[in-house]
Amino acid sequence: MATTELAVHGAERDAVREPVVNDFSIQVATVNGSGSQSANTVLLRTIFQMGVPVSGKNMFPSNIAGLPTWYTIRTSKKGYIARKKEIDFLVAMNPETAKEDVLALASGAAVLYDEPLMLNDLRSDLTFYAVPYDKLCAAVCPEAKLRKLVKNMIYVGVVAQLLNLDMVEVEKALRKQFAKKVTAANLNWNAAKAGYDYAASSLTKADPFTIERMDKTAGMIIIDGNAAAALGCMFAGVTVVTWYPITPSSSLVETLIDYMKEYRVGLDGKATFAIVQAEDELAAIGMVLGAGWSGARSMTATAGPGVSLMAEFAGLGYYVEIPGVIWDIQRVGPSTGLPTRTSQGDIEFVAKLSHGDTRHPMLLPCSVSECFSMAGDAFDLTEQLQTPVFVMSDLDLGMNNWMSEPFQYPEKPLNRGKVLTAEDLERLSGFARYKDVDGDGVGYRTLPGTDHSGAAWFARGSGHNERSQYSERPDDYANNMDRLAHKFETARMLVPKPEIVRNDGNEIGIIAYGTSHHAVVETLDQLQTEYGAKADYLRLRAYPFARETHDFIAAHKRVYIIDQNRDGQMLQLLKLDTAVADIAKLRSVRHYNGLPIDARSITDDIISQEGK
Amino acid sequence: MAATATPHPKTNRIGLTVLDYRGGKTTLCAGCGHNAISERIIDAFYEMGIAPERVIKLSGIGCSSKSPAYFMSRSHSFNAVHGRMPSVATGAVLANSKIIALGVSGDGDTASIGIGQFVHLMRRNLPIIYIIEDNGVYGLTKGQFSATADLGSKLKTGVINDLPPIDTCALAIMLGATFVGRSFSGDKRQLHTMLKAALAHRGTVMLDVISPCTTFNDHEGSTKSYKFVKDHEEPLNDLNFVPHFHEIDIDYDEGSSINVSMHDGSSLRLRKLEHDYDPTSKVAAVSRLIESHDAEEVLTGVLYVNTTAPNFIDMIDMTDQPLAALPESVTRPSREVLEECMEALR
Repeated sequence: MATTELAVHGAERDAVREPVVNDFSIQVATVNGSGSQSANTVLLRTIFQMGVPVSGKNMFPSNIAGLPTWYTIRTSKKGYIARKKEIDFLVAMNPETAKEDVLALASGAAVLYDEPLMLNDLRSDLTFYAVPYDKLCAAVCPEAKLRKLVKNMIYVGVVAQLLNLDMVEVEKALRKQFAKKVTAANLNWNAAKAGYDYAASSLTKADPFTIERMDKTAGMIIIDGNAAAALGCMFAGVTVVTWYPITPSSSLVETLIDYMKEYRVGLDGKATFAIVQAEDELAAIGMVLGAGWSGARSMTATAGPGVSLMAEFAGLGYYVEIPGVIWDIQRVGPSTGLPTRTSQGDIEFVAKLSHGDTRHPMLLPCSVSECFSMAGDAFDLTEQLQTPVFVMSDLDLGMNNWMSEPFQYPEKPLNRGKVLTAEDLERLSGFARYKDVDGDGVGYRTLPGTDHSGAAWFARGSGHNERSQYSERPDDYANNMDRLAHKFETARMLVPKPEIVRNDGNEIGIIAYGTSHHAVVETLDQLQTEYGAKADYLRLRAYPFARETHDFIAAHKRVYIIDQNRDGQMLQLLKLDTAVADIAKLRSVRHYNGLPIDARSITDDIISQEGK
Repeated sequence: MAATATPHPKTNRIGLTVLDYRGGKTTLCAGCGHNAISERIIDAFYEMGIAPERVIKLSGIGCSSKSPAYFMSRSHSFNAVHGRMPSVATGAVLANSKIIALGVSGDGDTASIGIGQFVHLMRRNLPIIYIIEDNGVYGLTKGQFSATADLGSKLKTGVINDLPPIDTCALAIMLGATFVGRSFSGDKRQLHTMLKAALAHRGTVMLDVISPCTTFNDHEGSTKSYKFVKDHEEPLNDLNFVPHFHEIDIDYDEGSSINVSMHDGSSLRLRKLEHDYDPTSKVAAVSRLIESHDAEEVLTGVLYVNTTAPNFIDMIDMTDQPLAALPESVTRPSREVLEECMEALR
């Protein structure tokens, strides 16, 4: 299976090829478990250190070792970091897929391959470079069993030479990658040098692709979305974390464990947190709600199948009104689906997760920076609103490395919501858990352990009145449900506002969310430069939708909703929330093959629907 | 007319009367064993002088799980989803490890839909008292067999149970619970003493209390009826409990009794009714339970106790302060920490 989706063969090669500087993509095709991830990270970091905007995407199988994996690095002087469909420079390391990978390339691409694969006869419109990896490996790595790993660093050296990467930066990136493992670092560095030397002495540069230093990444960081989320949760003061391992969310909690052990253990050596690997997602969400009810900032992280299991408890959280943060790092469903591929497939399900009339706020981070900041937003909102809050990340964001400005320290104090203390209870004559005292639909709660004889209330998933007493009265039920609906309107005002880019208030509006953002930014430029079409853009950052979203739809003639799922799930949610007169304006652009969305697909789809 | 002084109501060591431990009026059937258990809970907490505000009551779904509404209204309570109370309790205790957690479940809630969470709760030895109000049937759905129903037990409709029961005590002992007992809602003294001892323990206390369902499972042919349990109850030990705040000790004979020093300084005296039964041995406990099934006995008493095993809070090396009450200065690392993290990512 190739991941480039297109094969444009036979196009005439330009007679004279202009150099392509800092604007191309490299794909390393390998097998998983071969240790190529370190090598690919070194390549990514080297380009980053040279000041060139870069992004990396790992397309890996649901498997431990032996199946095909592709790692794509895109460099873009304009700063585009979405996936690019076309591969310009292929490093073909996997004999299983090499032929198909080569056949899928666009004309003019370059291929670096293992000499025995003899790929050079496959096409005449590509540039081929053969590398005798085994020979080079044997020379730098006497220990045979390590050669499989070292082989990867040889291609790093070869690529560095061919693309004009600075070997000083390669070494720096490599030593950072291996950190304290000095022996491994030395071995790998020797391999990279051997690759470089081989390329310098034996290969003749015949492709146009090259890297030149820029200054676009100074001060920036590289991090994956799950690690960013973990940091965000730590700085949001999380104290109870529960989880059940599931791709692609596991690394969120695993990274969080590392950070918390480093920074959240007291001087007495005692943890100021509890992290529990639960027996399943049913238990993980149950623990989150138990802890939230008791007043802790609690969270779990999961993916689609886990969210499915959490449905009943999510309804309990909504109805009993308990805080808790749930990270959904979305992957491709339904069922097991494609566990290691990205999607926005849980949007509609999570919005109404559980039976009965249930609604949940969702935050929609598009970047690692928002994974960090929205962690704080999520914890504040969940305690403010006393309802579970979902953060809808995805595999592309969560598991891939992204460059980013460094994260800003949260300036606002934690918002712990409406909690009555024993002193408050002494002052107030009474306390009714679900009474809408402030008109925002959010009642006051007390925490277990509050030292006051009037503090207790009975948390129950069964019908209840304002005082949280068991009730099956029709008016009690309806009043409570109406208040919950009113509370959701309060959520509408409190959740992060959408971001709007205006380009002249043209006829076309685009609405996207999450990782689609990066492709849309590029699409806006493509529409303008290639078709002279200007489009305004609104990026959703949360559900329920803010008023600005409705205004945006009202102000445009045609509004394209970008979804990374088959059924246009965000479009469906928008339809439910949009004035009838405006619904006909909504159009759908959907991408759902497991690969991160790319700008070209969106542009083509919009242009086609525009009838151009 | 001579003035008579109003007699002071009796109070416990923290100055509360037994009325302060009352709950709402029960809505369970007249004669339901669960009501008797609620009464024993009230008595035990009152006598041990535990402030109801320091207690959380948790339950799942079913008749048993309704009962926390009928005792200790001054305690926070959480009626969770079916079979999933253990996870809610775990989260609540992690958030506030100073709280005393009392979980009330039923045999359906525990042994069928909730068996997974039950198993892992026992395994973690979370500090909690977990009571199964065990009547062998689903009451709220009108009398279907549960997984603790004995082989050959008969429903009112004449249906015979053809599957063996899950012995929740044997399971709890094997999995890691550190105080495991079985009692009978009709055995007032034994249950009362067992509950007081449970309150002195820091770890998972699992009490399977046979609690007949007068409406659906109290007839001839049922092995969970009042009559059957009375006729077949086989107490392993005679319990005496000496709370830590009692200064006067009572004598006991080391040959015929075992003294267990509880976590809070109280003592549990087990007078051996069976000559060589050792309640600190898992093997002995499980072996004796298997024998009791073969002999059609309802074996009651403290089956297993271990006061030295670490509980879950010890295991995860958590601070003594309730996590829920930690201030922002503790839970949000400094600006410098963020800068350090950022630098490492550059």
